[in-house]
Amino acid sequence: MINFPIPATDWSLLLPIAMVALTGIFALIIEMVQPKRDNGPIVAISLFGLLLAAIQLGIQFQAPETVSFAGTVRRDAFSLAMQLVIVLGSMATILFSDAYLRAKKIPFAEFYPLMLWSTVGGMLMCASTNLLVIFVGLEILSISLYVLAGISRNEAKSEESAMKYFLLGAFASGFLLFGVAQLYGATGSLDLNQISPAWQTGDVNVRTLLVFGLGLLLIGMGFKASFFPFHQWTPDVYQGAPTNVTAFMATAGKTAAFAVLYRLLEASRDLSAFWVPALGVIAALTMLYGNIVALQQTDVKRILGYSSISHAGYILVALMAHGLMPDKIGPQTVVYYALTYTFTTVGSFAVVALSARDSGESTELADLRGLLQRDPISAVSLVVFMSALIGIPPGFSGLFGKLFIFQDAVAAGLLPLALVLAVSSIVSVSYYLNIAYQAVVAPREEGSEPVRVPAPGTIQAACAVCVFVVVAAAIAITPITNLIAPK
Amino acid sequence: MTLEQFLLNFTIFHPLLGAAAVALLARDAKQSKNIGTVVSLVTLALTVFLAARLNATQFQLQFVTSVDWVSALGIRYAVGLDGTNAWLVVLSSLMTLVAVSTTRDDTKNLKGFYALIFALQTAMLGAFTALDLVLFFTFFELTLLPMYFLINFWGTGNARKTAAKFLIFTFAGSVFTLIGIAGLAITHRNVAGSLEFGLIELQSMVANGKLWVGSESQTVLFWLFALGFLVKAPCFPFHSWIGDTYEDSPKAGPILSSAMVKLGSYGLLRFCLPLFPEAVQSQAPILIGLATVSILYGAIAAIAQTDMRRLMGYSTLSHMGFVLLGIFSLSYVGMVGAAFQQLAHGVTTAILVVLVWHLLEQYGTAKLDAFGGLKAKMPIFSLLFFLGLLGNVGLPGTMGFVGEFTALMGAFESGARGTFGISVGFAAAAGAGVVLAAVYLLVMYQKVFYGPERLQEGPDWTDVRAASMVPVFGLIGLMFVGGLYSTVFTAPTEASTQAIRLMATSLPTQRPSLSNPDQKIDLEPTAQQGALVDTRTGTVITPGRLRGYVVAPVPTVAEVNP
Repeated sequence: MINFPIPATDWSLLLPIAMVALTGIFALIIEMVQPKRDNGPIVAISLFGLLLAAIQLGIQFQAPETVSFAGTVRRDAFSLAMQLVIVLGSMATILFSDAYLRAKKIPFAEFYPLMLWSTVGGMLMCASTNLLVIFVGLEILSISLYVLAGISRNEAKSEESAMKYFLLGAFASGFLLFGVAQLYGATGSLDLNQISPAWQTGDVNVRTLLVFGLGLLLIGMGFKASFFPFHQWTPDVYQGAPTNVTAFMATAGKTAAFAVLYRLLEASRDLSAFWVPALGVIAALTMLYGNIVALQQTDVKRILGYSSISHAGYILVALMAHGLMPDKIGPQTVVYYALTYTFTTVGSFAVVALSARDSGESTELADLRGLLQRDPISAVSLVVFMSALIGIPPGFSGLFGKLFIFQDAVAAGLLPLALVLAVSSIVSVSYYLNIAYQAVVAPREEGSEPVRVPAPGTIQAACAVCVFVVVAAAIAITPITNLIAPK
Repeated sequence: MTLEQFLLNFTIFHPLLGAAAVALLARDAKQSKNIGTVVSLVTLALTVFLAARLNATQFQLQFVTSVDWVSALGIRYAVGLDGTNAWLVVLSSLMTLVAVSTTRDDTKNLKGFYALIFALQTAMLGAFTALDLVLFFTFFELTLLPMYFLINFWGTGNARKTAAKFLIFTFAGSVFTLIGIAGLAITHRNVAGSLEFGLIELQSMVANGKLWVGSESQTVLFWLFALGFLVKAPCFPFHSWIGDTYEDSPKAGPILSSAMVKLGSYGLLRFCLPLFPEAVQSQAPILIGLATVSILYGAIAAIAQTDMRRLMGYSTLSHMGFVLLGIFSLSYVGMVGAAFQQLAHGVTTAILVVLVWHLLEQYGTAKLDAFGGLKAKMPIFSLLFFLGLLGNVGLPGTMGFVGEFTALMGAFESGARGTFGISVGFAAAAGAGVVLAAVYLLVMYQKVFYGPERLQEGPDWTDVRAASMVPVFGLIGLMFVGGLYSTVFTAPTEASTQAIRLMATSLPTQRPSLSNPDQKIDLEPTAQQGALVDTRTGTVITPGRLRGYVVAPVPTVAEVNP
């Protein structure tokens, strides 16, 4: 008998992730036995599975913080909260996906299982501090997304998007793995939390490895989170991919990357002398570049792509503040911002998804014209989302998200970055307003009658849910922050 | 909860009910307008009632409702009234009433129009009464989108660009205010261990001199705060949105804006002065300089305008300059005058705005050179216009005179004493603004109402019906009542204004504290204790030479009972 030590395992830690994964498999089986015409049951099952996972995550907030599976899976308030954000974002995306896919004549029901497994990858990234588990999570997330980005097979731009995303994603994975190897070489462990002890006890060689390993990891995650100058893929991929996939990429994919960066910076605060200047410059450039280039765009999906770059810069400021003072500055800001950003972005893309018609879509700004007459609900929702992205009421939670970032930045002594954030968000007002203007005020084209074409019910529902969360998250800050606050 | 507390909260959100009532009940334009007018009359009545119930001798906030909102971060839903905001609340309700009741029935999408006006009113009422920085800021920013769509959807000319300019300018200023708010809360945490956004709590920390101990960021935070308010006020060099906004807005825009710009001056009075005393004292010369430039630049720019709407915009810049001049004179007369000038500017500007936009709506233009000889054709209209103009010029007997004169008085007083490095030259230069105001307004009157008739082919020049000008009659009546019985309006503001002044100018431990209900501000000029001290030089400031010239009583020395 070989004495193989089986580490103590607490399966409840993996329960939400397993739920989503199994729902994906179940959805795939249903897809095989069901005729392809009606995806209703699959959508219902996917939403139900995600809902169960969300409830399970909610329940686990009461459970004590713990680490299991030989230290590879971690349950704390931050990991649960970020997983919850990803699950909720995935739900909101799936809610409006069916109407969109049908309008675009993309009949593949594999969409839903892939979406769920991608969610699993994101959740896994949030739930671990083990570099290899994080890497596995990242690949699960990404490989599903590569397929999803190209799922609109008749469109050349969808294929282009998938190819670009795949190539650059693979490239980023390379950086990441190389960084993992270096950190492993320096610490002898795959756990992020070994960075700090290794730095304190290590000699020059170890420290060099640590700095380079950290740098490579940051580059790898920078691709995923689309920080300047690793953002090049973002606008093209966002524009080419089906709109619901874009919504998911821009929210869940980034949220997972932010979760990893959060752990990474927290674990390497001893190295802050290295990463503060580097990330400071990257954050400033990301914020400014995203917003300035967005001014020039005429395609709504591209605009939202650049907007997501700049918001990644905003969150990076909060991540840096936390990394500098992990004891004083908690996870509230990052989680709150990720939550509101997820729902504003998914909601905006849900409105953009309305433009899908007959295996094509036209997402120019001008196509939004007359939206108020066609479908007042989505037009007004779009105004709320834009106001939240600017950070003014009625998108209340956008305002609070900014306030929290400013607070953290000032507390951590990052006032210059707060000022850059302020300036770049002033720049952003103009293109967000332009979207709202086109949807509400701009005159329709000559000759076209004000026809009321109500949006599909599920898209309206997705808009309404997102508006509700964006407004309610501002009223319910106390419960949210209490939930996240470390016990 | 007392009746007044309930009514204050109810009043803030009452306009939203009005918007819902208009949307659900009204079947045609006439009904929309009637319901809207009734709703805004009720709001006005409520605000007047609340202002009348205010205990004028008390400087502490009254009818305060304070509920924890985000307990972990120290954010509250807290509202209250005192002499500083009571009249501004009334003013914003009055302006809403004027805007609603002067809207034409053929305005497109009338329900949406009223909904935005009422949303704007709730935002203003909330911002004027909020006692929590985050709550204030939320309401402050809530004014942006309604105004943006009002200009954009119903505006004329280059409305799209103007609306965006308005929003971007205001946002650009206020986003720095948000950093300031965050910085202030962090400063409090560094001293007391917890984040704090409540005005009363923060001010009492300032009053006992604890908040800024060991902090070198007071001046930086002050400017971050002030930036948003100076843009909103507007103040040179952050003013360039005001001319466009006036030119391209629908009539309701400038009317509501004449209440909304007070959010800027109010923000300075309510937050900047009490919370950043040392910074206010050291920066007062710069701010009073900006105010003076605003007065002169606004007036000179107004002279150069060819469009009456733009002229009114620059006139607002000039008139609001007097408010800022009064505030940063940091003298009692000047600050009471500034508080009064806020009301005066709102009332007198609204009169001319209604009349100028009447011309625009009737004849499709508001260019100065498009009109001429109107006096013979439209006698009632020209009389009303002339009366409104007198108020704007600042003729004695009108509200405009009292506001500008007392603000100037305050600047002279501080200048003559040399307190806080304020030079009497500012007051002298600002005085020229009064003369320039007469120039641009009388030139406008001359071009439009005298001289040859230029618009030959126009529609028939029928005079206005007196019945359609009821709001204007009301405002003109108010303008004279306010000018002749100004103490009715100044008396309730005096205790609060004096308290704010002492909060900004006294030595740390001698400052009045909003959280101490037993403190009294003595307005009688006899008391010698707690004399005003120039904290930079440490010298006791003696009563000045210019005492006794003013409309309101001038206690230059006030007693502060600890």
